[in-house]
Amino acid sequence: MKLDDALFRREAARLLATLTRAFGVENLALAEDVVQETLAKAFEAWSYNGVPPHYSALLARAAKNRALDVFRRERTARKFAPEVGRLIESEWTLRPALDAMFLPDALKDDELRMMFTCCHPRLGEDMQVALVLHLLCSLGVHEIASAFLVSPAAMEKRLSRGKKLLAESGHLFELTAADFLPRLSAVHRALYLLFNEGYHGASALAVVREDLCRDAMRLVRLLVDHAPAATPATYALAALMWLLAARLSARIDHAGNLKDLFEQDRSLWDEGLLAEGTRLLEQSASGEVLTEYHVEAGIAGMHTAAGSAGETRWGHIVELYDVLMKIRPSPVVALNRCMAIAQHEGPAKGLEAVLAIADTSRLAAYPFYPAVLGELELRCGRTEAAQGHLEEARRLARNDGERRFLEQRIAAVHAGRSGDARLTNVLAPPDARR
Amino acid sequence: MNEFVFLWRRPQRPPRTPQQMQETMDKYLAWFRDMEARGHLVQYGQPLEPKTGRVVRDKAGNYSDGPYAETKDIVMGYSLIAAKDFDEAIALSKDHPIFEEGGVIEIRPILKL
Repeated sequence: MKLDDALFRREAARLLATLTRAFGVENLALAEDVVQETLAKAFEAWSYNGVPPHYSALLARAAKNRALDVFRRERTARKFAPEVGRLIESEWTLRPALDAMFLPDALKDDELRMMFTCCHPRLGEDMQVALVLHLLCSLGVHEIASAFLVSPAAMEKRLSRGKKLLAESGHLFELTAADFLPRLSAVHRALYLLFNEGYHGASALAVVREDLCRDAMRLVRLLVDHAPAATPATYALAALMWLLAARLSARIDHAGNLKDLFEQDRSLWDEGLLAEGTRLLEQSASGEVLTEYHVEAGIAGMHTAAGSAGETRWGHIVELYDVLMKIRPSPVVALNRCMAIAQHEGPAKGLEAVLAIADTSRLAAYPFYPAVLGELELRCGRTEAAQGHLEEARRLARNDGERRFLEQRIAAVHAGRSGDARLTNVLAPPDARR
Repeated sequence: MNEFVFLWRRPQRPPRTPQQMQETMDKYLAWFRDMEARGHLVQYGQPLEPKTGRVVRDKAGNYSDGPYAETKDIVMGYSLIAAKDFDEAIALSKDHPIFEEGGVIEIRPILKL
């Protein structure tokens, strides 16, 4: 059978969520140990003749048996989750209680609970995203650190602090809690940042990046499938991810080079993902509230609906960016808006808009700020100024992909081929702040 | 064709992330698939429990614990591989991922009359 690349991670996350509920969040570390042991055994066994068909059920059973042992061994010495309470005191109730906890539907709710728990308002956004990656995507410290371009030691510190705070909070988030909706917005935000990190992030590892996108999509799918969480904003966020993911394969060419929206071979866009994204976008169009996800998904939808960059309705995209600037203004949104203006009204207008961006301090280290200046200068016919900006952009490039992309632009300018390549697609979306 | 038991001997693995487990498993499976495709796989064989074992010493059932915790290369499992001779068996083992993990392969021909 063809394995999906994230099988071990996904199963680990499921088991961890359920074991954490069984043991109580204060015993998170114990739950992590049990997951580790269970998977390590499976991995030894399956290295011979492969993963068996009912792997998910097998793993759940193995984890459940380990949990039974843990309860028997430690029921007097350790404090477990209040909801298992006295059920663990007797063999009569212990096994049925655990059997119920490991039913497939219960497993799904546990992942949601864990997701909402990780997005506790007391934890900062960076912490929330790191915890989601660690506990719900089962990425290790080094793997997360490399995705975020921070040192493993710093990530280790962030995660252990986060886990300590979770353990101290004493309970997992209940999906029936009164603050479900506010917490849902925090979850949206964390998943949005997670997807962004994969799509536009700084990590040089292409593989890590695609994995992050897929993880975000898997988790947002859990929200879509859980009725109370399937709000218009959830659909909009999912639509945004699906529409952008449809373009992923066209975004990197066979040599690993970034391609901007103008150069992309649109026949490489994934039709299945596009269709699903469009369907999700339609489902998001109910209710009163217009979120930033609606607007961004709308923009992504405008791009994917156009047969070519030339046929894109840039005027409408400018309007959507105007709305986005009202809902969630940021210098990067402003920069994206300028690119759309340049497409719509010409490079001089675009340049004017870039120079009018008020707060550029957050753009100082952002390679696509000078890159946009360079492109627009170039299109205004001022090659020398363009060259300077592009050199600056190359200096700021955060990984080899970006560097190669910018070097190609510089080389094209040198050769006197201004081309029609533009940067819209490699611009990070509004809130990629890292 | 002769049959050889491949005894997989390696140290116990350090803790790994799920991703690392999957990647390592994929390498092991790729080797088996290759053997199968080339007609060398007689039996996948079985992995063995790494941490527990008994060495029975006498008829009275006296035993000691084994394998031995300090041993660098515990027998972690066995497989049955068909090869023309030792040279071929060794050649087949060349790309096995166990070497990346500090392990060795003990190749023993099945005794023939």
